[in-house]
Amino acid sequence: MSVLVYINNHGGNIHKNAFEAVAYGKAIADQTGTELYAALIGPADNAGDLGAYGALKVYHNNDGSFSNFDPSAITNALADIVAECSADIIVCSHDFSSKSIAPRLSARLKAGLVTGAVGLPNTQGSFSVTKAVYSGKAFAEIEILTDKKIICLLPNSIEFEKGEGSAEVIISSSSASSSGIQVKEIKKESTRLSLTEAELVVSAGRGLKGPENWGMIEKLAEKLGAATACSRPVADIDWRPHHEHVGQTGTVIRPNLYIAIGISGAIQHLAGVNGSKVIVVINTDPEAPFFKAADYGIIGDAFEVVPKLLDSAPTL
Amino acid sequence: MKLLVCISKAPDTTAKIEFKDNDSKFNSDGVQFIINPFDEWYALVRALEIKESQGGSVTIIHVGLAENDPIIRKALALGADDAVRINREATDALSVAEEIAAYAKDEQYDMILTGKETIDHNGSQLGGMIAELLELPSISLASKMDINGNSATLERDVQGGKEVIEIQTPFVLSASKGMAEARIPNMRGIMAARTRPLKVVEPIGQALYTKVNKYVLPVEKAECRYIDAENPSELWDLLKSEAKVL
Repeated sequence: MSVLVYINNHGGNIHKNAFEAVAYGKAIADQTGTELYAALIGPADNAGDLGAYGALKVYHNNDGSFSNFDPSAITNALADIVAECSADIIVCSHDFSSKSIAPRLSARLKAGLVTGAVGLPNTQGSFSVTKAVYSGKAFAEIEILTDKKIICLLPNSIEFEKGEGSAEVIISSSSASSSGIQVKEIKKESTRLSLTEAELVVSAGRGLKGPENWGMIEKLAEKLGAATACSRPVADIDWRPHHEHVGQTGTVIRPNLYIAIGISGAIQHLAGVNGSKVIVVINTDPEAPFFKAADYGIIGDAFEVVPKLLDSAPTL
Repeated sequence: MKLLVCISKAPDTTAKIEFKDNDSKFNSDGVQFIINPFDEWYALVRALEIKESQGGSVTIIHVGLAENDPIIRKALALGADDAVRINREATDALSVAEEIAAYAKDEQYDMILTGKETIDHNGSQLGGMIAELLELPSISLASKMDINGNSATLERDVQGGKEVIEIQTPFVLSASKGMAEARIPNMRGIMAARTRPLKVVEPIGQALYTKVNKYVLPVEKAECRYIDAENPSELWDLLKSEAKVL
């Protein structure tokens, strides 16, 4: 019996979401009286650091062919590690990588899967996990009925800190068996931060009147170290790229701070952002529905308010 | 190309989310149900575009009871050729995937398409599960696809960007925004949909892997605190000292 955290990395340092998943896995291991291991697929500079968040051992599979992100090949490698450490609870961060891998592993192991978990499982009697549903408009307590269980944690869901210690790194060598996916090109987005990972997000909508007016939004985001986002209409008319669209049919985010500028707050938009810890709304219309979901509001013209905010914003 | 599109039922995006029977069930009173937008706008429309440019057929598959037939008819009205409904309530992704895989395994589809997630349970699970059960490659969160013979070039979302990949059919994909533009069915499509075949298949009846015990609504937000638009810099102090997010 053990808890195993799956991490996919593409070189460089391991991302914050992965450390969060490790800290979450460690809490489950403590809860169930077992040990925590990590399965790391792909190159990473700081595999041993996973120990500082609670992993006892890291099974690192760094076969060069994993740089081709091939879900069925990674599932094979991960299933080998699951067997090797007799894991019965597998944890990952609910990011692009686990969205590809966790369902395959679930079907492979016949393990009940909960994605988008927002807190620790309840292990008294039955085993259940609370997850966000209806795009953040509600939560559901899902019981996992199988012996093997897989949980994908919604990023930015738990508080965690780096502790002491370094994990023992074991090289895992099952080789990649390609299913025929060939990577031709990797396009980095212009935004420096991925939206689901960002702690601070500055977002704007039709109130900005045109794509040429986004300069002040980008400057504000840069000063705060925030990611930029937008509402659906603005992405649909190509003022902003599709990947910036947050909302029910775009990306669902839950940063610590969401600043919405010139967005009225349609129910579909709110569904994508109402997991944010603090919401600031800036809008000319005092009746804008977004103010009902806001913690702080400024009723005013974005073109007057934002430059003032930009001047006084702390550099983070 | 022989295409299979999996569609799910979802409450309309403006529906009020309420629960009944001790918070164990979604309260569907007065709620309009639609095809899950990711399944319709992106997976189905892209499949129809491929059929229109390359030839072939688009089959709809849905796991659900007869009350869901109207959303299947809508998918047919958009241009799908025929539909299969597996007669079982869909409550758990893996058991749904097993039903679809059991039906699809002898049908030799070139491509199986799903939306990237449903807007009710937000699982993002089905495509990968079907692929694993059928031992096919899978591409999740694809936002663009071009077809050249039996080869497809796709863009998919990865950490901090997009990846362009090439793959040979058959495969399973989950479609996200950008893949296609939403369509509205025309009158001819709606008329034709009435007579297009909708086959009802009995389920294999695999047991559930997960179940919902109860639903909880989020706690109401406290009143919004307003800051003077003439002197907005106060916001930064409040975010630092009161909200503690900076």
